[in-house]
Amino acid sequence: MTGTDKTLIGRSMPRIEDDRLLDGAGCFVDDIVMPGMVHMAILRSSDAHGRIVSIDCSAARLVPGVIDVFTAADWPGELPVIPMRLIPLKSSEPFLQRPLASEKVRYVGEPVAVVIARDRRTAEDALEYLELEIDALEPVVTRDQAESAAGDALLVAEAKSNVSAHYLIGRGDIEDAFARAEVTLKKSFQSHRQTASPLETRGMIADFDRAAGRLTIHGASKVTFFNRIHLARAFDLDTDNVDLIATDVGGGFGVRGELYPEYYLAAEASRRTGRPVKWIEDRREHFTATNHSRDVDCDLEVAALRDGTILGMRGRVRADMGAYVRTNGNVVPAKAAQFLPGPYRVPAFACEVLALMTNKTPVGTYRGPGRIEANFFRERMLDMLADELAMDPATLRLKNLIGEAEMPFDTGDLLPNAQKVVFDSGDYPATFKLLLDECGWQPGAAEPSCERLPDGRRVAIGLACFNESSGGGLYENARIRVAPSGEITVSTGSSSMGQGVETAMCQICAAALSVPPERITVALSSTTLLSDGVGSFHNRSTVMAGSAVGKAARTLLDIARAEAARRLNTAPEGLDYDNGVFSDRDQPDRGIRLAELAAMLSDAGGLDVESRYEQAPLGFSFGAHAARVAVDPGTGDVEVLDYWVVEDVGRVLNPALVEGQTVGGVVQGLGDALFGELVYDDQGQLLTASFADYLLPTSTEVPNIRAVATGDYPSPHNPYGFKGAGEGGIVAVAAAVGNAIARAIGPGCEGPCQTPFHPERIIALLSAAKGKET
Amino acid sequence: MSEPQNLRLNVNGVSCAVSVEPSTSLADVLRQELRLTALHLGCEHGVCGACNVLMDGRAVRACLTLAVQAENADVRTLEGLGDDRIVAVLKQTFREFRALQCGFCTPGILVLAVDLLSGSDAPSEEEVRDVLSGNLCRCTGYQPIIAAIMEAARRLRGVA
Repeated sequence: MTGTDKTLIGRSMPRIEDDRLLDGAGCFVDDIVMPGMVHMAILRSSDAHGRIVSIDCSAARLVPGVIDVFTAADWPGELPVIPMRLIPLKSSEPFLQRPLASEKVRYVGEPVAVVIARDRRTAEDALEYLELEIDALEPVVTRDQAESAAGDALLVAEAKSNVSAHYLIGRGDIEDAFARAEVTLKKSFQSHRQTASPLETRGMIADFDRAAGRLTIHGASKVTFFNRIHLARAFDLDTDNVDLIATDVGGGFGVRGELYPEYYLAAEASRRTGRPVKWIEDRREHFTATNHSRDVDCDLEVAALRDGTILGMRGRVRADMGAYVRTNGNVVPAKAAQFLPGPYRVPAFACEVLALMTNKTPVGTYRGPGRIEANFFRERMLDMLADELAMDPATLRLKNLIGEAEMPFDTGDLLPNAQKVVFDSGDYPATFKLLLDECGWQPGAAEPSCERLPDGRRVAIGLACFNESSGGGLYENARIRVAPSGEITVSTGSSSMGQGVETAMCQICAAALSVPPERITVALSSTTLLSDGVGSFHNRSTVMAGSAVGKAARTLLDIARAEAARRLNTAPEGLDYDNGVFSDRDQPDRGIRLAELAAMLSDAGGLDVESRYEQAPLGFSFGAHAARVAVDPGTGDVEVLDYWVVEDVGRVLNPALVEGQTVGGVVQGLGDALFGELVYDDQGQLLTASFADYLLPTSTEVPNIRAVATGDYPSPHNPYGFKGAGEGGIVAVAAAVGNAIARAIGPGCEGPCQTPFHPERIIALLSAAKGKET
Repeated sequence: MSEPQNLRLNVNGVSCAVSVEPSTSLADVLRQELRLTALHLGCEHGVCGACNVLMDGRAVRACLTLAVQAENADVRTLEGLGDDRIVAVLKQTFREFRALQCGFCTPGILVLAVDLLSGSDAPSEEEVRDVLSGNLCRCTGYQPIIAAIMEAARRLRGVA
């Protein structure tokens, strides 16, 4: 390790993205204007379920400014099927979406026709002239309806049911655990439908050059290489001739950048018209077109001894998938089930998993997919178990958390694709104790009684623990080039979603090459910069792309060292290297710079290395949250007064970036737990399609948040010891706030088992508690 | 569609003639006609504040303001505040406190903070939270933005 490495890794290096963004000089996709560019608007179904009888486009074609209109019937050849990217299951295949609805519509918001016009207003206004006739069918809106659906309620008749996946996972002897139990508890939980709501909606510009057989899409992000392969297939192009160009993006949080229908529609619109076609989603459209998430319920049962030892858990998890299985939809039920035992021993576990199709917007991943749900279900259950055992909830957790001596901890096969999962490192009770210190909770002390504020509100603290996987996605590529000018350019398959990936890659590259960060340019913009790559999801950019950058740097320095030795006529091991210069150890005045080597090697391609980092087993971070909330017994209003997070994220690359991720994640989680809910009526109409109805947290609703990232337990599975840090802030918020509310309401009330914690629900719990007291 | 109307706008100290339909928003004119793309459109219904611009010194939603309403007003976008001392200090504290991540909401928040700090040199944290509650940020959780605005106010008052 060189001197620069020691000082750079672990330092809160300033973000290299900030200057352009603070000047308003970022380049977001709607800022781009191309010569001859036209605009696309999409006619979306306003019915949740029905048969398309006819679509008449003739009037829309006559609107001045309209250039073209197309529907599924106009698609050249078969409509492409949008594939599953993560956890592809055979049983989900009948439920995959095509870019345009042909015989049936299955959710409000499903694309039916496309208008291309000279400007966005004209295109949007012309949608009014499209005459779409739909023969309505009974919509399937709830999980219960989906589970028992038959006849016309089947979304896809050939599939013969609305169940897209049904499987069992588990470990240990569950029957024995429940037979030996001294206490069992069974509860039903529900996590509501939410969406990430990045502040920038989705958008893109597609530019199809038919003569050259090239497709360029500006505004891509997240998983550009996967998307490139499938777009190339759909339009019969060479993969190398499809270029997905990433721009600045206004937040991703899991929902942006997946292979959505609009990628295909914009590409086809450009192919038909021979012009660059821009599509910018409006906010209302975003609410029905962009992935929803977290719509999961669970029957959960726990078996324990009187001393608090958990023997087993069994559950039944049902996810409302919406109308189609999206690229990453299967992640939601899979992770909601896999993470149910969480960071605890739970020697026996069994879970039945059901993915159910309804006439609602399809579901995909949103920051902490499945974890939010599993943590809420389990952590609420543990507090109820603690009450049942008259035990301090912290003591109950300490008794069951996995300790350092038990690492690595084999979790068994808890995924449908039989991927083996092992917790790599950590001392969960020790890290949990740090949180207890932070929030002043004395484990084992008498139950801290609920405090009363002078205004009558009841105040209490709730606790929650979680662990969280990071990395994943098989591999990542990185390329480093040294120009003869001395400029160093680093590219990775991970792209930035606004969380500071450019800064992180710059920092790792500068450390690995032992050069000042100012000399490094980060280019994450295009799929042409690398031969292959994966992307930004699952807490993986720092872990996977960062490790790939480190590997590329080592290879590059090896090549440079060999050439330097040849030029200096000495042995490679006789050279010292620092700050971009190789020097002869015996004659330190004889040296050669990386830039010079790049020029000397120009006939052999210069100093230009692309490396692939293959996935090692996943790293698991562990953390705990505490929330101090005030509940107003008169109105049911919940205010979060203080919030604490402690997380072991392995080795910390940039503490300020990690803290930013954690605090931002907590606030997102608070909004999801307390405010935003996607509500459908019984006809499958979305009732909350604006920021006036789907509420996001604002600055007056957020408490002071203390986030502590420890670097105590580096992951043994990657060269830097990193674990992911992007999701730890959000994943246990509903759990901690739910537990705090239950304690504030006090004994006699089982507390909230459903999110969100809207006042009317809290009032109902308060009156139930009152009823029991009297 | 109605007839385009000729307007004279005063944007960032420069007078310019534009021809727009009466229903065109100020945001669309600024972004599309004048290519001032620092302001962003996050919701187009006046909730998120990413499109804030100063009109006669006060922050307004450019998405809810019609271009015709801005005639005779002094319109300033973030691009036109490059020499403003308050903006310069805010940009510095935003950097130091990590008050931005994706940066999409940032121009609207900077414009809002300029409006706040022009009228009040020592706002309380509660006042800052209150004013900032008119803008949405999905990345930072607001905590660093509040700290950055408070610190900028301190520096502008000359408190070290």
